[in-house]
Amino acid sequence: MPLDTITPFTPLASTLGGVLIGLSAVLVMALFGRIAGISGITTGAVPARRDDWPWRLAFVAGLIAAPLLVLAVTGAPVHQTVSGNLAAMAVAGLLVGFGTVTGSGCTSGHGVCGLARLSQRSLVAVLTFMATAILTVLVLRHLF
Amino acid sequence: MRIILGFLSGLLFGVGLVVAGMSDPAKVLNFLDIFGTWDPSLAFVMGGAAITTFLGYRLVWRREKPLLLADFQVPRRSDIDRDLLLGAAIFGIGWGIGGFCPGPAWTALPLAAPGTLIFLPAMLLGMALATVLKERKPVTA
Repeated sequence: MPLDTITPFTPLASTLGGVLIGLSAVLVMALFGRIAGISGITTGAVPARRDDWPWRLAFVAGLIAAPLLVLAVTGAPVHQTVSGNLAAMAVAGLLVGFGTVTGSGCTSGHGVCGLARLSQRSLVAVLTFMATAILTVLVLRHLF
Repeated sequence: MRIILGFLSGLLFGVGLVVAGMSDPAKVLNFLDIFGTWDPSLAFVMGGAAITTFLGYRLVWRREKPLLLADFQVPRRSDIDRDLLLGAAIFGIGWGIGGFCPGPAWTALPLAAPGTLIFLPAMLLGMALATVLKERKPVTA
């Protein structure tokens, strides 16, 4: 894990990015009548599992293409720091995949769309995953 | 048409993640590190996204049905069950370890960091395992 890498507080860019994410969620509801939850879109993108899989697979392709579009427009590569601890990343991936499907949603499905629907289930889910995530970072960064 | 518009919706979502800085796991982990190098940006992303969605949904739901499919499919459940709590708790632990949730993990793929290339297949495997387990149980919807 990249220990204590300082990242600048970006309220304007982050709010703007949030509005774009919100517009995408509204677009998905207007066009397809579905919740823009990335875990749900991902599991539904497998051919033949659902009859509306093609738009889901295309949505995932759009997510993947996004940093390339940003690179093409701005000329600057997207900055990111990803942990090089591959064993930890494998465990993280398993937990994120297993947890989002078991809990019926992730940061987008529960966090953005669920809160926008004023769903009580989503509020409980958000509070729960925020709490365990904060606790996990606390333990990994400050207790070890 | 569905494919093109699905792609453009995903592209808009992904650009939003990149603009917001959420494609960088370090920024996400710093949001979670409220007792250390705290970066509150993620709260502004969720706030901006949830308020936009709240307003937009209300406009969209004035229509009878969506433009490209037959009906709106919105979760109707309101019960707090064990799977919701357990799943969210497990997801949070993984999120706190890697700094990736599913959306940013996809946008990180073309940048091809080794951690991402391990995380993504592991995430898909976790999703497949949970799907199999869920389908074994009687559905209570």
